[in-house]
Amino acid sequence: MQVSMTVNDVEVTEEIEGRTLLVHFLRDHLGLTGTHWGCDTSNCGTCVVWMDGEPVKSCTVLAAMAGGHAVRTVEGLAKGAELDPVQEGFIQCHGLQCGFCTPGMMMTARALLDRNPDPTDTEIREAISGQICRCTGYATIVRSVRWASVKEASVKQASVKQASVEEASEEVTA
Amino acid sequence: MTTVQDAGKLTTFEDNDQKPVGHGRMLRKEDPRFVRGRGRYTDDVQLPGMLHLAILRSPFAHAKIVSIDTSAAAALPKVKAVVTGADLAAQGLAWMPTLSNDVQAVLATDKVRFQGQEVAFVVAEDRYAARDALELIDVEYEVLDPVIDVRKALAPEAPVIRDDLDGKTNNHCFDWETGDKAATEAVFAAADVVVSQDIVYPRVHPAPMETCGAVADFDPVEGKLKLWSTTQAPHAHRTLYAIVAGIPEHKIQVISPDIGGGFGNKVPIYPGYVCAIVASIVTGKPVKWMEDRSENLISTGFARDYIMRGEIAATRDGKILGIRTDVLADHGAFNGTAAPVKYPAGFFGVFTGSYDIEAAYCSMTAVYTNKAPGGVAYACSFRITEAVYLVERIVDCLAAELGMDPAELRLKNFIKPEQFPYTTKTGWVYDSGDYEPTMRLAMDMAGYADLRKEQAEKRERGELMGIGIAFFTEAVGAGPRKDMDILGLGMADGCELRVHPTGKAVVRLSVQSQGQGHETTFAQIVAEEIGIPPADIDVVHGDTDNTPFGLGTYGSRSTPVSGAAAALVARKVRDKARLIASAMLEVSVADLEWEKGAFQVKGDPGKSVTIQDIAMRAHGAGDLPEGVEGGLEAQICYNPSNLTYPHGAYICVVDIDPGTAVVKVRRFIAVDDCGNRINPMIIEGQVHGGLTDGVGMALMEMISFDEDGNCLGASLMDYLIPTALEVPDWETGFTVTPSPHHPIGAKGVGESATVGSPPAIVNAVVDALAPFGIRHADMPLTPSRVWDAMRGAPQPPI
Repeated sequence: MQVSMTVNDVEVTEEIEGRTLLVHFLRDHLGLTGTHWGCDTSNCGTCVVWMDGEPVKSCTVLAAMAGGHAVRTVEGLAKGAELDPVQEGFIQCHGLQCGFCTPGMMMTARALLDRNPDPTDTEIREAISGQICRCTGYATIVRSVRWASVKEASVKQASVKQASVEEASEEVTA
Repeated sequence: MTTVQDAGKLTTFEDNDQKPVGHGRMLRKEDPRFVRGRGRYTDDVQLPGMLHLAILRSPFAHAKIVSIDTSAAAALPKVKAVVTGADLAAQGLAWMPTLSNDVQAVLATDKVRFQGQEVAFVVAEDRYAARDALELIDVEYEVLDPVIDVRKALAPEAPVIRDDLDGKTNNHCFDWETGDKAATEAVFAAADVVVSQDIVYPRVHPAPMETCGAVADFDPVEGKLKLWSTTQAPHAHRTLYAIVAGIPEHKIQVISPDIGGGFGNKVPIYPGYVCAIVASIVTGKPVKWMEDRSENLISTGFARDYIMRGEIAATRDGKILGIRTDVLADHGAFNGTAAPVKYPAGFFGVFTGSYDIEAAYCSMTAVYTNKAPGGVAYACSFRITEAVYLVERIVDCLAAELGMDPAELRLKNFIKPEQFPYTTKTGWVYDSGDYEPTMRLAMDMAGYADLRKEQAEKRERGELMGIGIAFFTEAVGAGPRKDMDILGLGMADGCELRVHPTGKAVVRLSVQSQGQGHETTFAQIVAEEIGIPPADIDVVHGDTDNTPFGLGTYGSRSTPVSGAAAALVARKVRDKARLIASAMLEVSVADLEWEKGAFQVKGDPGKSVTIQDIAMRAHGAGDLPEGVEGGLEAQICYNPSNLTYPHGAYICVVDIDPGTAVVKVRRFIAVDDCGNRINPMIIEGQVHGGLTDGVGMALMEMISFDEDGNCLGASLMDYLIPTALEVPDWETGFTVTPSPHHPIGAKGVGESATVGSPPAIVNAVVDALAPFGIRHADMPLTPSRVWDAMRGAPQPPI
């Protein structure tokens, strides 16, 4: 069968078998190998991507079911050369070691911050509890997400300040 | 809202750029590719025309293979080959040697010996078609009685598992002993107090997030095999493939790309790798094999499975006199234990722990059962997890018997700093240690006295709070070549350093990172020695064509062995640079002094040349001093003189819900001493990960079997690994006692937390359950097992 969807804002159309899992579609058909496959029972979450902005375990979604939807993977997280604050946070706070769970963790973390820009540590732990990491012991992942949250808050604050400075200078000019 | 204080703390993580060259907190060079999804793991490898391999596995633990019909599978479109054990036997490849000098079936020929064992494989155009074909292979089995309970494996009526071995009439694998039996008996006979306790370290599994796999690409024209695989020891694997497959070693290139965690699971050679190689030779195409999670849990290297009786002898006032243990080791159907040849029980001999005692003795029997092979894995440092668990549990049992505080009992018996190097009663020479300050720091961080007060108050109210202590001495960095080899390969590691004309450098390692940050820390080691910034040093590993020979990464041996090699090779290059500098500055070598990154003339710091200047001169025009060759590079093979012995003090606080028996780890304080610290950030991460292993093993994880030999932990539905909700925010601290024999005084640390944390957690749970009058309960302390313990009937796991 033929399936069409947007992946990281790009329209793709491929011929696939109906049973093809989204994780294999992304990896084997599109060559987007950042999304990983760590279990066969939908527990580990290394395959988390977004479908229409919702984190889903792509090992538990048929590629056909993603037809017509917008999929985003870790490869679509950075804006060009500029890393997403979540990616930056994982680097700054040593939120990864072998890197295998990292793409899924970051997709979940990004989705969390989009809904709740200032989560508590417990909220972060709950958000990533559908995902297993074998290396980090999670504490630095929690720190990484908090780092991103703080960074985004400070950027927002700075832009509000900048806006008010501009407003003020406009007033003065006027 | 995030507090200002929090925000301030977080911004300190950005101080990376202001760091001096070399050792210290440095962000990882690996991370930029991983956070962008641009790591390159084995399953990411795509080659033109690549085929996919899937393995048919035995549904039975023990059964004769009567017949195999592959015709329907072979007829399926997209299927390129179906191969059975008989096909491999015709090539002499049906069996392969294991790391313990046993043999293991690549594909079963005569019978299957564990559930999940490899029986046949299919090669097809895609992974889905390969799986389809597996369903069409028809195997007729004649089911045999399995041997599952290790305690019954040596009974005369037990079925013989290894009838492939000449004259084998029982399931005995090996016997081993260490220490002085007579001296120990004498000490025990004279002691005031003797405590004995049966202690089981159940079978668990390392379960790295990435499973095992390989891509084999045999080029029939060049006769060269290229193998990408999830291996922690690429060079050793290459040598073994050469021996097994008969392909000359220079025609084999093993590439270990990024690895999604190893934890010892990726040390052995698995049948799947050999099948992929055979498949590529047979089909003339690249072939990928990637196991799924269930296959990983059911068939690859398990960990632990030691049934131990621990005995401790002491005076009434708490001086420990002797430790004795008797062990029954379950090795599964094939002895695939990854251990130095002369150490069939690994380094279990360090079971005397951190204590200065008079005598010790261990006797061990290992047996075959109808289970997957393995044993040494999961950050065990060659069975030290078992050794430390035994001693730290039995010391707590003694404390309970004497009515002494477990911290006080340990402090009273520590080996003293002036006793190092300290030879244990089983012959291990501990390099250095200063245990008391480490213990005191952990107690201070925990607020130990206050915790005990809190516990007493809670007990009054019927609340269950436990405090557990573990103090461990590790033994890592295998190892001295006079004693230690893997299948005849001495446990040394190579390192090669080349400085390019512009002063950038490449360092090539024989060890293989699986997330431990070698690309960062080895650049730091070299940077510290030669003054080139770590950012200018590329670290190459995991390609046997392009790295020096060595034994790989496991047993926390990278820093002790390869780290030493990296420091020494950099010093070798620096020595050559000194000769060139003397020519450039027109002074004698003796008049030069090294200021990190440059040689300067003594007493005239204005006259100096940087390492970058020297590199250009080494490659450039102009005369070099007499006898000095061009270029700036060196190579070394480092043979360690001893292991390194890091230590640590761990304190765990648990709360148990008396209504549900659920154990909650409230706090965990970990103080580690791994000598000089190359990158504190990375060490902290290693410790965090290992502590989480400990929570998993102590409270959740177990690979068990039913009486028919069905594996009951063969998926993540049943094999439970901690998530972010089961672990606390770790509290870490450190002390520094350098290793005197290591070039930079560094010891290994990667496995310390996995070794040290399970006894701390179990000690805490048993401490919490003191009101119920129990002295011991075996892992995993799941709610149902704790519930049984609260009823006074804790059962050992089977």
